[in-house]
Amino acid sequence: MPDGPGLELLRGEIDVDAPGAVLATSFEKERAVLIVDAARILDVLAWLRDTPGQGFRFLSSLHVADYLPAEPRFGVHYELLNRERVERIRVKAMLPSESPEIASCVDLFPTANFQEREAFDFFGIVFTGHPELTRILLPEDYVGWPQRRDFPVGGEPVTFTYSEKRYG
Amino acid sequence: MLRGDLEGEDLEKYVEERVVTTTFEKMLNLARANSIFPLTFGLACCAIEAPISIVTARYDLARFGAEALRASPRQADLIILSGRVSIKMAPVVRRLYDQMLEPKWAISMGACSSSGGMFANYAVVQGADKFMPIDLHVPGCPPRPEAVMYGFNKLQRKIMGSPDQGWRQRYNAAGTEEWARGGPASKPSLEAAEAYELARELTLA
Repeated sequence: MPDGPGLELLRGEIDVDAPGAVLATSFEKERAVLIVDAARILDVLAWLRDTPGQGFRFLSSLHVADYLPAEPRFGVHYELLNRERVERIRVKAMLPSESPEIASCVDLFPTANFQEREAFDFFGIVFTGHPELTRILLPEDYVGWPQRRDFPVGGEPVTFTYSEKRYG
Repeated sequence: MLRGDLEGEDLEKYVEERVVTTTFEKMLNLARANSIFPLTFGLACCAIEAPISIVTARYDLARFGAEALRASPRQADLIILSGRVSIKMAPVVRRLYDQMLEPKWAISMGACSSSGGMFANYAVVQGADKFMPIDLHVPGCPPRPEAVMYGFNKLQRKIMGSPDQGWRQRYNAAGTEEWARGGPASKPSLEAAEAYELARELTLA
């Protein structure tokens, strides 16, 4: 894992080949994060994968977080792993709440196929260029994106006669 | 015993001691209750207790004539819903239940399949009786194998025509009804109220 200065060096190297793609960096809790422009996510991922000396050839996880009051609201996280040096880096792209769209990275990392479908299933993130973007875990006819923070919790209220008698 | 050994009243007494008269229905239900074929079927963590543990030597459901777990719903007549039913699994469970031949029974085991349990969320059906008829609910999270066997015995008695009904009168337990303590929405029916009054009078007399 790159440390703080290493992360800044890495950013400088990316800026030479893809100017303006990296918007910011963050280094918290021993974890290096590159915050990138969502429109240029594929440039950064391809650079990290193919550049000699980098070799982040393994996408260990792709997931989404919903930072609801914030705007842009959705963060798409790509956890990359260099298996020779056992070095990890996180690439993060922020998406707006209105029609969140990002390019699919299935062509770079085939494992992203199911993970992008899962992200679509629960958050409604549209990955353009995905070979088959359909629901993967929920029923096909499900309506809504249940892991978004503004989705109702669901379930049913349960009343107990004891509580009603005592506290009602 | 040879023919002619007994005559008259002795013969009558001998026959009376050895022959039981009953109805065909009762005989049939006795046979059904004591040869239940459960379905080999588990949904979640409750499956470790119900279809797995209770057929082992320690608990041994064979004592009640139900050791033959069938792998096909078409040969089974009891389905034990052991675990939470997700909304994606519910059509599958319903289909299994529909494929079972009559007469058939269903036990909802544990908090999750009875009410959704702790999974009050978008993914779990809040009570399996929303999509299929349930004969018996076994409470617990998960219920111990003993509890499942007690529920199983209750089901057997239900199949044999519910001889448990009327236990409040037999045990002088009038006034233990939920609605009699002023519970919520459940109002007593007219017959239930009359039965309650009768039981109360009998108890107090």
